[in-house]
Amino acid sequence: MNFKLKDIVPQLITVLAVIFIFGFFTYNAQINMENRGIDFGYGFLSQESSFDVQFSLIEYDGSHSYFRAYLVGLLNTILVSVIGIIIATILGVIVGVARLSPNYLINKFAAFYVEFFRNIPLLLQIFFWYFAALRALPLPQDAEAIFGVFFLTIKGLYVPAFIWQNLSIFLYSIVAAALAIIIIRIHAKKVQENQGKQIPVFYISLGLLFIIPLLSFFIGGVSLSFEVPVLKQLATTSFIYEGGVSLPPELIALTLSLSLYTATFIAECVRAGIQGVGKGQKEAAASIGLTPNQVLKLVIMPQALRIIIPPTTNQYLNLTKNSSLAAAIAYPDLVLVFAGTALMQTGKAIEIVSITMFTYLTLSISISILMNWYNKRIAIQEK
Amino acid sequence: MFKYLKQLTSLVAMVAVLFTFTTETMAAKKSKTLKNTQKKGFVRCGVSQGLPGFSNADAAGNWTGIDVDVCRAVAAAVLGDANKVKFTPLSAKERFTALTSGEIDILSRNTTWTLSRDADIGLTFVGVNFYDGQGFMVRKSSGITSTSQFKDGISACTNIGTTTELNMRDFFNSKGIKYEPVAFEKADEVVAAYDAGRCDTYTTDKSGLAAQRTKMSNPDEHIVLPETVSKEPLGPVVRQGDSVWEDIVRWSLNTMIEAEEYGITSSNADMMKTSDNPAIKRLVGAEGELGAAFGLDNDWSLRIIKQVGNYGESYKRNIADTGILPDRGPNELWTKGGILYVPPAR
Repeated sequence: MNFKLKDIVPQLITVLAVIFIFGFFTYNAQINMENRGIDFGYGFLSQESSFDVQFSLIEYDGSHSYFRAYLVGLLNTILVSVIGIIIATILGVIVGVARLSPNYLINKFAAFYVEFFRNIPLLLQIFFWYFAALRALPLPQDAEAIFGVFFLTIKGLYVPAFIWQNLSIFLYSIVAAALAIIIIRIHAKKVQENQGKQIPVFYISLGLLFIIPLLSFFIGGVSLSFEVPVLKQLATTSFIYEGGVSLPPELIALTLSLSLYTATFIAECVRAGIQGVGKGQKEAAASIGLTPNQVLKLVIMPQALRIIIPPTTNQYLNLTKNSSLAAAIAYPDLVLVFAGTALMQTGKAIEIVSITMFTYLTLSISISILMNWYNKRIAIQEK
Repeated sequence: MFKYLKQLTSLVAMVAVLFTFTTETMAAKKSKTLKNTQKKGFVRCGVSQGLPGFSNADAAGNWTGIDVDVCRAVAAAVLGDANKVKFTPLSAKERFTALTSGEIDILSRNTTWTLSRDADIGLTFVGVNFYDGQGFMVRKSSGITSTSQFKDGISACTNIGTTTELNMRDFFNSKGIKYEPVAFEKADEVVAAYDAGRCDTYTTDKSGLAAQRTKMSNPDEHIVLPETVSKEPLGPVVRQGDSVWEDIVRWSLNTMIEAEEYGITSSNADMMKTSDNPAIKRLVGAEGELGAAFGLDNDWSLRIIKQVGNYGESYKRNIADTGILPDRGPNELWTKGGILYVPPAR
């Protein structure tokens, strides 16, 4: 009995202390809010927001609810995070491999890039890309067309819009191509296991991915035309482009700075991963006659990935959270739209901040779960 | 085990009771804010992050502006020294939370008085120290001279967390114009983006436009359009629930305005003590016991006038002489064609 008591009491005290602290804060907040005449409640979410947002993936204007405004902000945060993660990963892998290159120039250039971009505060980089780089861009009326159809101006990047006929058939053709590739891969694996013959799966896949959708244009009645942005005059010296799709400069600046910054850390993860694989592995693989490409693909990378994935997950989380710096340059992310404008218009500080915190927590945990699942999948399968 | 539990719960209960007791007794006192301010020795005042004429800090960190003068007036009244103010620069987004959470005691930050702000979020507006309205600034070279020339696709730079965002939508919707709102957290970034050409127009309160224009790389290239699209009565705000403090701030502002009405200035205030007009004598503390109602001495209003000056002096020093808005427009006294009219101090 005595032994048990000694075991339980410290834990009980801890639990009680936690409950007491939370209770105290809740109680304190309640008292203070009551004293100051502040109501608590989430009912405002269904009220009309009555403010507009610059850029939205779903249909939204001020006549929609605050909840809709929340979704707009959330989707914009996810958009910039996903694009940022993709670019940062590609760039990070290239730079990480380049840092191990025996070529002096490539090696030093990659090292310079990493040291330069990771040692400057992110907010400063965002300001640089937005304000300094933006100022250098031409006004819409002075913009030179890139390939005749793209216009990079101070008001954003204008690209042609795709106008599809029978888009669904085209999408089906891509699904068909994907199915064909999976079948070929399974077949190729069987052939290799049974006869030791290697089928060039990669080139066949590439061909299929190109040919089947192309066929849909000729037989399926799919057609694609482009709507090129056209210059429109608003006033004597004020122009915009109409038609096509416009990417706001805020999105471009934010994605660029987030990717360039995070890519440096991912590059270091990749370098660590590759260097972490024993030299003997490479030599052993080479000695059984694998080509350098095969050595990298079949021996080095599967082992390196196990070292690379966990720290890279951290970088993905950082990128997602850092995207909240968007507020500084008017990119309408969750923090700007919801924890900014909506908070101001309703005054519901505790409610909105708690929702925003919970949302970032959910986003981060989702990324973690996804990456942990991938990490488990590539881990050594103990038999 | 249960013995421990019992002791712990009683401890928790005791602390909780003690806490309730302390909050109750403190709230029961006449003015918690006044007491705290006198104890600390300075007035905690929330201002903008830099809006010339209203609240702006120079290189040495000295704050000036008509919003700043309201806080200085309160400091002069309550603490006897107009310089005993701690200024906290706040963004539009932070300002109300800073006030309701008790980080500051007066919010004097060109804040528009609206029903929902006054009623909803634990704030009380004490008066108006500047009558304003939302306007638009454009580049002169654009040839736009009126908002009726705005066309679909126009991009408008502004601040988040302001009534401006809502007015802008009402305005463009009523005209049926599609527009692109580009909203920043800080005014400096709005100016930088508009100045760079990111937006065709910059919209905020007209006084703000006039003040920010002075910060542009070339102020002469920009004009403020004549139309006013909203009412923006700007004034100081206090927390709800401390009516004594609310009265002190309200009457500090009113004193400045009434002093101008009776021609009392910082330089002649002492001489006015011997005036024949009882209204003047009350304002300079030579008659009546007006300070007692707030728990202040009788010279509180004299100190405001001597140390900060009357409203006209403050306007001239901060807004007219700096070239922001030399014409007082509606912010002239009611006796001179404006709408500044305050209840009498008696």
